[in-house]
Amino acid sequence: MKLKEKAKILDELAMDKALERMAHEVIEKTAPGVQTVVVGIKSRGAYIGNRLADKIKNISGTRPNVGALDITLYRDDLTQVSEQPTVHATEIDFDIDRKRVILVDDVLFTGRTIRCALDALIDFGRPAEIQLAVLIDRGHRELPIRADYVGKNVPTSMKETVDVRLKESDGKDEVVLCEKV
Amino acid sequence: MSQKTIWTKKDLLGLEYLSKEEIEHILYTAASFKEVTTRQVKKVPALRGKTVVNLFYEPSTRTRMSFELAAKRLSADVINMEIEASSVKKGETLIDTGRNIEALKIDIIVVRHSCSGAPNILARSVKSSVVNAGDGWHEHPTQALLDMFTLKSKLGRIEGLNVSIIGDIAHSRVARSNIWGLTKLGAKVTVCAPKMLIPEGIEKMGVKVTSKLDEALEGADAINVLRMQFERDSGAAFPSKLEYFKDFGITKERLKQCKPDIVVMHPGPINRGIEMSSEVADGKNSVILEQVTNGIAVRMAVLYLVGLVKEGAR
Amino acid sequence: MKYLIKGGRVIDPSRDVDGVFDILVSDGKISEIGPSIQAKDAKEIDVSGMIVAPGLIDMHVHLREPGREDEETVATGTRAAVKGGFTTVVCMPNTEPALDNADILRKLKAIVAKDAIVNVLPAGAITIGRLGKELADIKAMVKEGIVAISDDGSSVEDASLMSKALNGAKSAGIVVIEHCEDAALSGKGVMNHGFVSTKAGLRGISNESEYKRIERDIGLAEKAGARIHIAHVSCKESVEVIRKAKKRGVNVTAETAPHYFALTDECCATYDTNTKINPPLRTAEDVAAIKIALADGTIDVIASDHAPHTDCEKDVEFDLAPFGKIGLESSLGVSVLELILGKVLTWRQLVEKFSTNPARILGLKSGTLKRGASADITVIDPKKEYTIKADLLESKSRNSPFIGRSMTGRAVHMFVSGEPVMLNEKIL
Repeated sequence: MKLKEKAKILDELAMDKALERMAHEVIEKTAPGVQTVVVGIKSRGAYIGNRLADKIKNISGTRPNVGALDITLYRDDLTQVSEQPTVHATEIDFDIDRKRVILVDDVLFTGRTIRCALDALIDFGRPAEIQLAVLIDRGHRELPIRADYVGKNVPTSMKETVDVRLKESDGKDEVVLCEKV
Repeated sequence: MSQKTIWTKKDLLGLEYLSKEEIEHILYTAASFKEVTTRQVKKVPALRGKTVVNLFYEPSTRTRMSFELAAKRLSADVINMEIEASSVKKGETLIDTGRNIEALKIDIIVVRHSCSGAPNILARSVKSSVVNAGDGWHEHPTQALLDMFTLKSKLGRIEGLNVSIIGDIAHSRVARSNIWGLTKLGAKVTVCAPKMLIPEGIEKMGVKVTSKLDEALEGADAINVLRMQFERDSGAAFPSKLEYFKDFGITKERLKQCKPDIVVMHPGPINRGIEMSSEVADGKNSVILEQVTNGIAVRMAVLYLVGLVKEGAR
Repeated sequence: MKYLIKGGRVIDPSRDVDGVFDILVSDGKISEIGPSIQAKDAKEIDVSGMIVAPGLIDMHVHLREPGREDEETVATGTRAAVKGGFTTVVCMPNTEPALDNADILRKLKAIVAKDAIVNVLPAGAITIGRLGKELADIKAMVKEGIVAISDDGSSVEDASLMSKALNGAKSAGIVVIEHCEDAALSGKGVMNHGFVSTKAGLRGISNESEYKRIERDIGLAEKAGARIHIAHVSCKESVEVIRKAKKRGVNVTAETAPHYFALTDECCATYDTNTKINPPLRTAEDVAAIKIALADGTIDVIASDHAPHTDCEKDVEFDLAPFGKIGLESSLGVSVLELILGKVLTWRQLVEKFSTNPARILGLKSGTLKRGASADITVIDPKKEYTIKADLLESKSRNSPFIGRSMTGRAVHMFVSGEPVMLNEKIL
């Protein structure tokens, strides 16, 4: 399947501004006495989660704990995919009981990845609250899942894909809309 | 993006048949499963709906329990079948038993058997995955994998390490699997045993051979001390228990001549006072209990990998 | 019915013949052999381009009847023999019950008369029940037609009993075929003792177990002034012992089986029980030594050691499977591949190993195409290519590591006592 780049949705500056705004929103919605932690879904969600935590520190003075979640073992399509995915380690070395967990991912699409992440988180402990932050929401939900914090809403067709590129993994910051040809 | 699948085998029969890449993949996967075992809810749904049978023709509470726990933590259903030696002669052949298990649509058969090659012939006859939990003198791949996993976690690597395996090499499946695994990953292996317990041609596996414990201990980063199998019928003349302890037993004294942080391993169960003194078994260099803990993670990795191999590969 | 076998390359070492000749068969005998025979009332069989040899003799075959008819019978075994190119087989006495007395031999004779389509010559047991304790009545068995005695499957462990047997055979005028193996040394071994057995974790049988027993038996035969024939020689030390003994003038002959010059112990690494044989498959060094021994005459005979076992007996753990592989239908093909195409032997030498020498050792009138001899003839197409297929085997059992292998060289026409039993690869 070949992909053709159609349009640039966010450039480096726009991405940074979006994350800045999301950090403000997270702080705005923080109830008094509640500790917030950030858990990013591997791998890009984890990088974004780290950036979000940094921005929260810049604004509020406190950096929330950040963890990274590998959801491979919770996928519901393990027996159907043609290539067996490699399992990576989950790194959450703090307690999530009674905390407010901000789950972070790069793109929200069908919602299945988030469902897996919820299952995994519940196995880790009993958070007081789980909220979802995503950089891009591209629609086409297959499960009743919604994001609390969204960088940008991008309506897409099923022929298109949304490619999030980050300095940490891809060398540059940008979000690109591609089409399958 | 699609990722080349590293693991494509429906069975794990021995480390002789694996590439360096495949072994490293198992160890890498085991690391993530180790994390699962530190959680409060030590369970993931990866093998939910799959069934694992522990088909043990040789008694073994520990290995069986380890596999059972590993399967359950992957949310698989587990059935234990312990076959008495006497009923083998009267009862079904191995292949018939295998076919019956396959007819029950069981996904993975973990088999321990006293005949070398039994898992190999079972694997050829059934579509289910077959995992070797120890066959005769041939291989005990998951033991060697957890040994290597433990080494890696203590010393950071396998490549270039000096590892000595001490004990009844001739009749040890743990020794053979370790030799395959360690040499493939670039370790320098020495085997040490009384002359009559050194098997024919073992040096062709790329190992140094000695009957002097001092030579095996010199410069070793880790030692793997094997159980002296007094109950296994070997047909060879054995040293007495006292003689063995004197010449090959690992004691605090012996360890004094070794690197201070030498890693001491043992597949268990230990014959205290024969292969090693209690002091060493419980001492600071011993990682024996960690091996047991790591065994679960490694076996989870193995069951996960073979369990998800597609229908077409069977 | 007369038959004119026309235009083939006739190879008969017994008469130093190797050339293109016609052979006329009539009244069950070779009536004429010459360059261009005219015979109007004979059925002509054109064998140009083929090799015409005195009927091949497999002097080491297990027909399993009486007792293990599930593995093979005289009927199916002799069909396999014909397919393999053999007009005569010597059947070993490790049946159930053993062929150790006149009575059982008579029963076998009756079965052979009814079911066999080639000549079946029995070997009698050396000891009663093959238990190695008491000598069987050799003279009584000779009266019922045995051509040799053997406890094959086992060696006679008791040296003094073996001496007695050698003397008994000598006075009865027959040869002792000895399965040389020191049971104490082979112990519970299941394959060759070596690097492969170390890797596979299987108990090994060392060369020692074979050659030490050969040394003992040759010594006993020398002392008794008796003949001895060593069965299935597998390793280089055994070859050396036999070579030295022949130089000294000892009346010893030896045989080997095709698997000992075609396969090595590497085959056992996959735990394929069809490679579990006694004596075991050895190393490449031993294979080379066997080939040299065939070329220089140290080994006189190639015999298959055809040992049928049912699927369910062999479909088990390597340790538990019985020893043995079938061989009648692959023996010639494997030999052509390894020895003729491998440039170890000439066709003449191959015919010696398969026909001339066995006949001489057993004192048989066959193994020759001289005028007046009983017309046992094997016609081989040396260029015929075929693959050994399990479902096309005549044998009742399928335990062969050669299944699926391509071969060149096959018997296409077979005559026993002047009558065709196979024409164009079809058994009549």
